Amino acid sequence: MKLVISIAGDSLQSPFDARFGRAAAFCLVDSDTGSWTAHANPALEAAGGAGVQAAQCVAGLGAQAVVSGAYGPKAYASLSAAGIAMHLAPGNAPRTGADVLAQFKAGELSQAQAATQDGRH
Amino acid sequence: MMKQLIVLSGKGGTGKTSVTAAFAHLAAGGRLTGQVVIADADVDAANLELVLQPRVLETQPFQGGQVAVIDQDTCLVCGSCADVCRFDAIIERDGQYLVDPIACDGCAACVYQCPTESIRMEPQIAGKSYVSESRYGPLYHANLDPGQENSGKLVTLVKQRARLRALDEDRELVLVDGPPGIGCPVIAAASGADLALIVAEPTAAGVHDMQRVLGTLRHFGVPALVCINKADIYPEGAAAIETSCRADGVVTVGRIPFDATVASAMVAGEAVTAFRPEAPASLAVAAVWERVLAFLEAPA
Amino acid sequence: MRIVVASGKGGTGKTTVATSLALVGGESVRCLDCDVEAPNAALFLHPVLDRRQEVGIPLPRVDTARCTHCGKCAEVCQYHAIAVLGQTTLVFPELCHGCGSCTRLCPEGAISEHLHVTGVLEGGLTADGLEFARGLLQVGEPMAVPIIRELKRWPPRRRPAIEIWDAPPGASCPVVETLRGADFALLVTEPTPFGLHDLKQVVGIARELKIPAGVVVNRDGIGDQAVDAYCADQGLPILLRIPMERRIAEGLARGRSLLETAPDYRPAFQDLLAAIQDRVNAEYAR
Repeated sequence: MKLVISIAGDSLQSPFDARFGRAAAFCLVDSDTGSWTAHANPALEAAGGAGVQAAQCVAGLGAQAVVSGAYGPKAYASLSAAGIAMHLAPGNAPRTGADVLAQFKAGELSQAQAATQDGRH
Repeated sequence: MMKQLIVLSGKGGTGKTSVTAAFAHLAAGGRLTGQVVIADADVDAANLELVLQPRVLETQPFQGGQVAVIDQDTCLVCGSCADVCRFDAIIERDGQYLVDPIACDGCAACVYQCPTESIRMEPQIAGKSYVSESRYGPLYHANLDPGQENSGKLVTLVKQRARLRALDEDRELVLVDGPPGIGCPVIAAASGADLALIVAEPTAAGVHDMQRVLGTLRHFGVPALVCINKADIYPEGAAAIETSCRADGVVTVGRIPFDATVASAMVAGEAVTAFRPEAPASLAVAAVWERVLAFLEAPA
Repeated sequence: MRIVVASGKGGTGKTTVATSLALVGGESVRCLDCDVEAPNAALFLHPVLDRRQEVGIPLPRVDTARCTHCGKCAEVCQYHAIAVLGQTTLVFPELCHGCGSCTRLCPEGAISEHLHVTGVLEGGLTADGLEFARGLLQVGEPMAVPIIRELKRWPPRRRPAIEIWDAPPGASCPVVETLRGADFALLVTEPTPFGLHDLKQVVGIARELKIPAGVVVNRDGIGDQAVDAYCADQGLPILLRIPMERRIAEGLARGRSLLETAPDYRPAFQDLLAAIQDRVNAEYAR
């Protein structure tokens, strides 16, 4: 399946970025073949509505699921509407996008059932 | 784990920047040596640089919002742009329609309305953002050109860059000097903060504005502490702040006395704690800093 | 005549000066507190606020029966306040600026507008008979400018000879919105490096808007001479100096206006008002 992981860099080996709307970039991975591409987050320096813009970007990449550390209410509403499953990679331990992908494949990551943080601008 | 601390006030001029500058000095000389990134998020009154004496390493133009521009050669002077503009930004003068770039909100309604496609949106350079090395660590700051809009966007940019720098270099603290008020720039500056310190004034106005900024922080889920500056100007007012905070479950972390040394330090371009460490205000700020640090380091 | 009292730096005594000026003008004055994020003038004028109006921005509402999810609304919105994701059209009220483009351009006519309340206007008379009004931005709402715009449009009880508008601090859009249409900008500063730095910003706005300006130096004596030097160099008249006095600071802290604490300042503010009137009249005579 096509999965997006929020990252602070430009490759699957870059550090995982725990924020969704304000993540530096998104890594689009095919979880079956392992092939990936990195995409800058257009919302990184948006004045407001980062969650909406980031969600539109992820939807535009054709992702079926996304892994991040936290989802604001606007991101949650947008991703839900787009039918994209939101997975949570909890904890603060430094790790790479590849580490998170491994966790996802191992079924270690739960799905977000609601926005996990208060609205931010 | 990197933390973000923001200093706010609600009411302007309560001493936010003087307190932030002193924190930067104390952090640089204490356990957080080399661990701090400083951000001045008060971009339309960016005063921290007057104390931290930054050496600018990098300057970037800041692209603000877009404004509409009318091509007079193809304009039919039909006025439909002015009809749809809700920001009073299109003015008719001498048989021409002109855009007031200061009033234009960048919504592009006129662009979609123009029958001859004579209007385009142009990005505006609205200020500059800087990366500097200051006497107390890296400083991210900016200057909004006078009268420009979008200070929330510039605030976000400054803070974002400071945060990325701290993440990159594994620094422990991003110290943010916030803007006054409770609106867009404050929301932008406080977003993502782990802790806010409100510098309140024991005045009728100060109490009122402190309560409004506390309400804003609660709304966005940012935990807050309060310290009282110029507390001895009106001790009853200081007591009233402490009572109001207690009722709201907000911790007060100290009183700073009115002290002429603060203005002298500002004139000298120094943090008050560096200028005269033994001055009453310096001792009080240092005590506040220790308590704030304890809250920052306490496991959530 | 419309006088805006502004400062750049917060806490320099803008509200102190604006309310003192209003009090000496008395019944001929309407005073507007345009610092809608932190409005404090009422604390010193004690008006009886008996008028109230909710204000905000027109927000789109999507009729789901008619929406075809074509995405036109999201495409035209510059603020990402409306988004089409799959078979859902979402509106985010806190991002909307109320420009009306989505409503106007929806090919299905599926969008209508309703008022999204982001603040209130309140008005009334003081014991001295001067008219007062203020705007209050609701906590958690980002946009001050629409509240200021509505406050300035709010019809007065009677046409005042003198309008005094207390501006917010800073030098960005809310200050500009307050200054638009003013005849004179009275800039309150303190003689410190912070005061000077921020004064320069707001002088820049007044110049751009072509509004004549004058300066009040508050807490005179606490810092250095740089504000004086700057004003001399820029040809900005210093119209009043208020020395740093503890009795004034203490009185203000208790919520007493400057003129209540220090009635000896009344003639100075009468002179200030007259000086501003002279300057505005001279400007119009040119």
